[in-house]
Amino acid sequence: MFALFVGAGKKPPEPRPTWLEFKIPQGWPKPATDIFAKNRLSEEGFQLGKKLFHDGRLSKDGNFPCASCHQQFGAFASYDHDLSHGYNNTFTTRNAPGLFNLAWMPKFHWDGGVNHIEVQPLSPITAPNEMAENLDSVLRKLRKDTAYPKLFKAAFGSTEINSQRMLKALAQFTGSIVSANSKYDKVLRGEATFTPGELNGYNFFKANCAGCHKEPLFTDYSFRNNGLAASPFLNDNGRMKITGNKADSLKFKVPSLRNVMLTFPYMHDGRFYSLGAVIDHYRTGIITTQPTLDSLLTKRIAITNREKNELIYFLNTLTDTSMTRNPRFAEKVTYYSH
Amino acid sequence: MKNRFLSIPLFFLVFFCLAGFQQNSCCAQQPGLLKISFVNTVKGKPLELDSTFYSNPFSEAYSVTKFKYYISNIALAFPDGIFKEIDSYHLVNAADPSSLSFVFTASPNTYQSLLFTIGVDSIKNVSGAQTGPLDPLNDMFWTWNSGYVMVKIEGRSPQSMVVNNKVEYHIGGFSGTHNVLKKLRLDFPTSLTLDIREGKTSEIIIEADLDKCWLQSYDLKISENPVCTTPGELAKKIAGNYSKMFTIKSIINH
Repeated sequence: MFALFVGAGKKPPEPRPTWLEFKIPQGWPKPATDIFAKNRLSEEGFQLGKKLFHDGRLSKDGNFPCASCHQQFGAFASYDHDLSHGYNNTFTTRNAPGLFNLAWMPKFHWDGGVNHIEVQPLSPITAPNEMAENLDSVLRKLRKDTAYPKLFKAAFGSTEINSQRMLKALAQFTGSIVSANSKYDKVLRGEATFTPGELNGYNFFKANCAGCHKEPLFTDYSFRNNGLAASPFLNDNGRMKITGNKADSLKFKVPSLRNVMLTFPYMHDGRFYSLGAVIDHYRTGIITTQPTLDSLLTKRIAITNREKNELIYFLNTLTDTSMTRNPRFAEKVTYYSH
Repeated sequence: MKNRFLSIPLFFLVFFCLAGFQQNSCCAQQPGLLKISFVNTVKGKPLELDSTFYSNPFSEAYSVTKFKYYISNIALAFPDGIFKEIDSYHLVNAADPSSLSFVFTASPNTYQSLLFTIGVDSIKNVSGAQTGPLDPLNDMFWTWNSGYVMVKIEGRSPQSMVVNNKVEYHIGGFSGTHNVLKKLRLDFPTSLTLDIREGKTSEIIIEADLDKCWLQSYDLKISENPVCTTPGELAKKIAGNYSKMFTIKSIINH
């Protein structure tokens, strides 16, 4: 109180964060819950989150920032890797998903085990086959840094660095990545037109794939068994691990097909390297005897070679280079002039 | 110069005192304070971590290396209503003496019961990154299946056949059929009401007897179940047992 009165007129007021508005693309549904309701989006919070996302110090040996498995040019998935590399020559047990449109995602991970965007980073940071760190050690490294206290102050009002602030900043960055400007989106907005092949593919898609890969997010976020043989190495039961319910055995989250050309290899374990292999699975590979197989796939999907090609033409239109090449999401590179 | 600086705080001191008195006499009561203390025991004797081996009701020997639990949503009941602590989340850790008691303001009244939840309510399990007692740094948060570990008991037992004879009970699960949250209402004896008075600190001492974890509604035998680290049926049975471990040991009114 005292300091406030005496200091009045001498010190400039504390700078406030530059608040940002999270924009919902035209025609899209509102997210079920507003991830920024209790984590108000600001330019300073976003920039801090971006720096943390690219900072190797969040991992044990400094080599595994979030961005090592989530690469912008690969739509923030691990480009060309079935499983990603973790600390000390380890592999992850699942394919790294692309990070975009997370503000709409109700549950995280292939099995939906993580219930909020803010607590998601705790898993990769502490997993021995990913970043292999512990939270306390990460925070000590950040506190020793000369830049971070100022950045935390700019984002959250004081130099205090704690886990909550770090996680909220990361959520401001990852939650801000929106992909809504592919050729498909431009066609819907009347700014572009499909080729005849793409249009045929789109019509086939709407009739045969959109039951799970629902527009405009290209997923309904449900957990389904799409008839893959369980890998004997990974023994991954998917959703059942979380719910403990046998009916959820071999179910995994339906992934978005946006940027699907960039997020190969496909499936929860990255077993298919091409879209052709994925489509072949749906027309001939589904194991129809699995008790938890999704009811939409019990007869597999009839797809001719021509339809397969046209479907791939259409899926190509879901690539959004305005997101994958957006400098706003890229690691800040400082150029020194001497 | 010196005098000027001294006189300003003095002015404020007098001003606030006057303002305070005025408010007191016209409308609001000054709150009292309540201290809640936990005494962790085994069969009534203070719990000793690490070195001491105890015997459970099935004659299985065990030591305790960790004993941590969340207490949330504390409330006090009087005949006409209820007082609730705001933002009521506390982590009791047997290894950290400073966590064994805490103080909060409560409105003056005569209370007959103490209510609280063992664990962290479902809302805080789904609301993203938290801080303070709920900070994931406290090692009471599951990262692979989001949610708080409500009660954590770790130790060793020759009856445990898992690696290093470990005994590990990480009891959690907050939703649907996996819910282990236990809401308790501990009534004070009629001879022992809790009086909270303006400007005074009253105290409730609660005993948590770890021996009750083994045998209440469910026979928890180390030889059969030395480990429980996922939500599910076993976790719920263990929670049913430990919900009986808390008793009011004493109430001190000042």
